[in-house]
Amino acid sequence: MLVTILFYSFAAVLIGAALGVILSRNPVHSVLFLVLCFFNAAVLWLLIEAEFLALVLVLVYVGAVMVLFLFVVMMLDINIEKLREGFARNAPLGVLIALIVIVELYYVLWVRRLGIEVTGGTAPLPENYSNTAQIGAVLYTEYVYPFQLAAIVLLIAIIAAIALTMRKRPGQKVQDVAHQVSVRAKDRVRIVKMATEREP
Amino acid sequence: MDGMATVLTLAELTPAAAEVFLAAAACVILLVDTFLPEKRRGWTFLLSIAALAGAAWVTSLIAVPERSVALYGHFVADPMGTVLKLFAYGAAAVALLYSRDYMARRSLLRGEYFVLALFAVLGIQVIVSAGSLLTLYMGIEIMSLSLYAMVAFDRENGIAAEAAMKYFVLGAIASGTLLYGISILYGVTGTIRLDELGAAVQGPDASSIGLLLALAFIVVGVAFKFGAVPFHMWVPDVYHGSPTAVTLFIGSAPKIASFALAMRVLAEGLGGAVDAWQDMLIVLAVLSMAIGNVVAIAQTNIKRMLAYSTISHVGFILLGVLAGNAVGYRAAMFYTLTYVILATGAFGVVLLMSRKGFEAEWLDDYKGLNQKSPWFAFVMLLLMFGMAGVPPTVGFWAKVQVISAVLNVGFTWLAALAVLLSVIGAYYYLRIVKLMYFDEASGREALDAGGGFRFVLSLNGLAVLALGLFPGLLISLCGYVLP
Repeated sequence: MLVTILFYSFAAVLIGAALGVILSRNPVHSVLFLVLCFFNAAVLWLLIEAEFLALVLVLVYVGAVMVLFLFVVMMLDINIEKLREGFARNAPLGVLIALIVIVELYYVLWVRRLGIEVTGGTAPLPENYSNTAQIGAVLYTEYVYPFQLAAIVLLIAIIAAIALTMRKRPGQKVQDVAHQVSVRAKDRVRIVKMATEREP
Repeated sequence: MDGMATVLTLAELTPAAAEVFLAAAACVILLVDTFLPEKRRGWTFLLSIAALAGAAWVTSLIAVPERSVALYGHFVADPMGTVLKLFAYGAAAVALLYSRDYMARRSLLRGEYFVLALFAVLGIQVIVSAGSLLTLYMGIEIMSLSLYAMVAFDRENGIAAEAAMKYFVLGAIASGTLLYGISILYGVTGTIRLDELGAAVQGPDASSIGLLLALAFIVVGVAFKFGAVPFHMWVPDVYHGSPTAVTLFIGSAPKIASFALAMRVLAEGLGGAVDAWQDMLIVLAVLSMAIGNVVAIAQTNIKRMLAYSTISHVGFILLGVLAGNAVGYRAAMFYTLTYVILATGAFGVVLLMSRKGFEAEWLDDYKGLNQKSPWFAFVMLLLMFGMAGVPPTVGFWAKVQVISAVLNVGFTWLAALAVLLSVIGAYYYLRIVKLMYFDEASGREALDAGGGFRFVLSLNGLAVLALGLFPGLLISLCGYVLP
């Protein structure tokens, strides 16, 4: 009972925060709402005793990804008013489509059974049960193929990001480290021999 | 999994040897390219072609006569997968060959272009032999991410950047939709393995409302990747905005992946729910054929015209899939392979016509091609006849196959509509033929393509004719892999 109450309250906050992400006028607020989303999602994972995933979500997404995201959003100079120009014009169509989808989902979810009892609820796990060990056991055995493919997705992201942002424009000022290291004193300093001058 | 986990051995990886080979080759090429000076870029190209040839060799070495599952059900090896992969390597190699001069003239010939293309082929391989929804999703992401970057490759070009942005955002929505469908499907059936899914979705369970909800989301995801109406908005903009070489790449091999995606998810995983997805696919197919063919008439840009033509061809491929039996799947596979040959050739001609600073993207640029180069005007004629489905070409057999597959399952009206719409479509293909043969050329610039390009493009055009005269070869191949 307590778990159910907790689930619904955190789920409600999660949905509210998700709405905040798309509705807030300031992109920085959106990012902060997204952080709230991740926290609530982590709590939902805790409720089904997936503590490892919950911790990783907070550490990786909130701790690293969202902080970087916040940096980027703060650096960009986005003109919100300009972005929202078409909002009022397109809003009626969007609301109409959203209403249709909501009605359909209502029909599906409430009028008839969804039939998802196959997976069932989660039974309480024994005391010494370790989620982390379980994930470790399947990650490199049962799921080795998708796991390695995920690594390739990251590699492609790196290649794509570098290929699209590394550019050599004419007149661009860059450091050539090899050139800097191999420089010798005689390239920079000219020693002039001259007769000493007597003080007047 | 109990206490002691089993350790993965090298032998277990053998079925995925072609994927492992191509991934390793792409990484090696990435490293080698870093040390090559600008004028030696040709080596990267040769190595990429060699990597594709090597992958083809490995694929044929480990080809299996029967369907088998490996890597804990995440990987499927079957004859259909082998044939689709070999075609994908071929299409990608030809696309890279066609694009080399074009990219070099626009100083876009960087090593990353080839590496991203190879990774896109890796994504196609993964989709083609996916045994679980998770692998399928990883394959889609690998392919799509590489393609997004390739579209944006020309950084100075605003239209290309816009196209890449649209492709990326809409692709992300499609992935999200597909994932949502997969998550509901997991909730309903408790498995992500396609073979277990196929066994679970049978009989009366196949019409449970949860399953239908999941199915609707999955069909939307598949339709997005195919570019079927009403999820086609990205196709014209991406085809138009990308450098033509990238348009060629996107228009060819990834269509094989889309077909494999539909086959793996709908035919294998959700085959029991065929009655439910048949209706959805009918709507998609009719809309795609109608809007694709009609809107293409109004285009003056050949890349946009070919984009709408793609949409209409996707409608025909879906006709074959929606038949929901082996005859239909065979017809859809035949159509997909035919379309890949035709699209590669058609965009090849666009690349052949373009020079430094000239894109050959307007229909008027094709006026009087017969006076400049009678041979390539003839090749383009074959390709356009093939796309229109005129008898001596392979395109005719492709259309006959899908339409008879639809007739077999009793959709007479659908077959009649398909014939009618392909007649409408013939107009804009024949318009190009008219421009090439009956109009005066505006300029007299000679084509400046290399010998290799001309030779392969000629073979490409002749293949359309040869496969049309002897269709039995490809038909029996499709019949063999989809018994």
